[in-house]
Amino acid sequence: MSKSSKYLKIFAFTYLIFLYAPTLLLPIFSFNKSQIIAFPLTGFSFQWFEALLYQDALHDALKNSLIVAISSSILATILGTLASRATTRYDFKGKQASLTFILAPLILPEIIVGVSLLIVLIQLGITLNVWSVILGHTLLLTPFSIIIMNSAFNNLDLSLEEASMDLGENQFGTFYRVILPLVLPGIIASLLIGFTLSLDEFIIAFFLTGTDTTLPVYIWAQFRFPKKLPATMALGTILLIVSLLLLSLSEYFRRRSRMLEDSIPNKN
Amino acid sequence: MKFTFNNDTKKGWRLLSIPFIFSLLLLAAPLTMMFLLSFWTQDYLTLDKTFTFKNYIEAATQPVYKLLFTRSLIISLTATFFTVLLAFPMAYFISFHGGERKALWLFLITIPFWTSYLIRMFLWKVILGYNGVLNSFLIWLEMITEPLTFLLYNANAVVLALTHGWAPFAILPIFVSLEKIDRSLLEASTDLGDSAIDQFFRIILPLSAPGVIGAALIIFIPTVGDYITPKLVGGTDGLMIANMIQVQFSKANNAPLAAALSVSSLMIVSFISIVFVLFNRKYLRRY
Repeated sequence: MSKSSKYLKIFAFTYLIFLYAPTLLLPIFSFNKSQIIAFPLTGFSFQWFEALLYQDALHDALKNSLIVAISSSILATILGTLASRATTRYDFKGKQASLTFILAPLILPEIIVGVSLLIVLIQLGITLNVWSVILGHTLLLTPFSIIIMNSAFNNLDLSLEEASMDLGENQFGTFYRVILPLVLPGIIASLLIGFTLSLDEFIIAFFLTGTDTTLPVYIWAQFRFPKKLPATMALGTILLIVSLLLLSLSEYFRRRSRMLEDSIPNKN
Repeated sequence: MKFTFNNDTKKGWRLLSIPFIFSLLLLAAPLTMMFLLSFWTQDYLTLDKTFTFKNYIEAATQPVYKLLFTRSLIISLTATFFTVLLAFPMAYFISFHGGERKALWLFLITIPFWTSYLIRMFLWKVILGYNGVLNSFLIWLEMITEPLTFLLYNANAVVLALTHGWAPFAILPIFVSLEKIDRSLLEASTDLGDSAIDQFFRIILPLSAPGVIGAALIIFIPTVGDYITPKLVGGTDGLMIANMIQVQFSKANNAPLAAALSVSSLMIVSFISIVFVLFNRKYLRRY
């Protein structure tokens, strides 16, 4: 047993190196002086990060990406919260089928979602801009929001709701004063995860963006110019750090939500 | 009883209707539209709305599409197989030998995947390229004198990059299914004289099958339609059906054919997934 567990441990660490290989190269090449992305390294430099300050197209893409990520994560969290509340609280006919349908974008190949949305927008003669990307991303993020909100609503104690109604609150008051504060950490986690996923989404944005380029579409365009690659690596490093910060924050709120809900019965 | 049921239905649907209608408008309607379009034809910019199977006949008979469909399936199935094969021992290690550090291991696994997908795939190009990291390293080790050229721009590179890119989508579901296994079953089997190997094949593997099947589907279905990876590391020999769909849609100005190719991919993927699930259900019933 101990021998096989030793081999497993060696495997686990080797596999971890494989998983980290590309990510570890990212900061290395973004601080490397040379314009060519290859070993040997030529020296330490901040120039590629500096170069990012002077790319106007990048700043426009960043602005578009922020608009898209903020709007679509808010819309998806609203839709996800509604769907999750409906399916965790009530039992009704057609629940499972309609939920499966709403969750479908989670597993559908993105290119099919992108192409079909583009077909409709073109047929309707709608100009492609940030709004078409926002709608596409909302569709894609809603399933993630549902999964996060499900765990928030599932931990909710039904008796709290009943108590509030007995004490004279109406449905709206109960939702606003009892349920919402308890699931708020889940809502924040859903917003943060949605924001992070939208910021990195390429295919849907690539099809629906029109002239309002988003950050990943901008990065995709940079790949064609070898000269711009080191700065793109620097941009990737910044994006990774931002993603990790947002992720840690969302994990913090997710745990808080669980702690908050667990703490209530003890107070009684 | 009937009253509460109806009340639940009303309240439930009142909440669910908004996200449901949103999905109808942005998912069901576009997919239906794509399905309709696939039976029309387009000559440069004019759309001919007469019903025809022309696009499907073209998709089924033209060698290039057959090649791309087959290649997409082979690449995606191979990548799925290797991802699950590597993910299983990792998930097993975390679940059975992770001890107090399970959460830390799961965290360590997910970190690299918050690097932009585009940039991660591009970095595989940096690793596998002619002047790439791997070639430089092997030359430095004096294991080779000339850079290896078979590493990048082929189907194998796509499989490797996908096996990396989708790893957490396999590790996490398998880990969850392993965590659910009641450890007392293992003690019982040891007490009754099962060897470690018996135990693995008779208890752990069958009970973790839902996680393995889930992982396989989560990876197989989206990767068949992957656009980025083949475009970056696939070269001409590694291009897949999604790249052709995009070309037909934009440069070739043949949206109906692109729609027919999309519908065909969706049908093939659904068919394989259903067969896979049914096969496993039949196999699993023995336990």
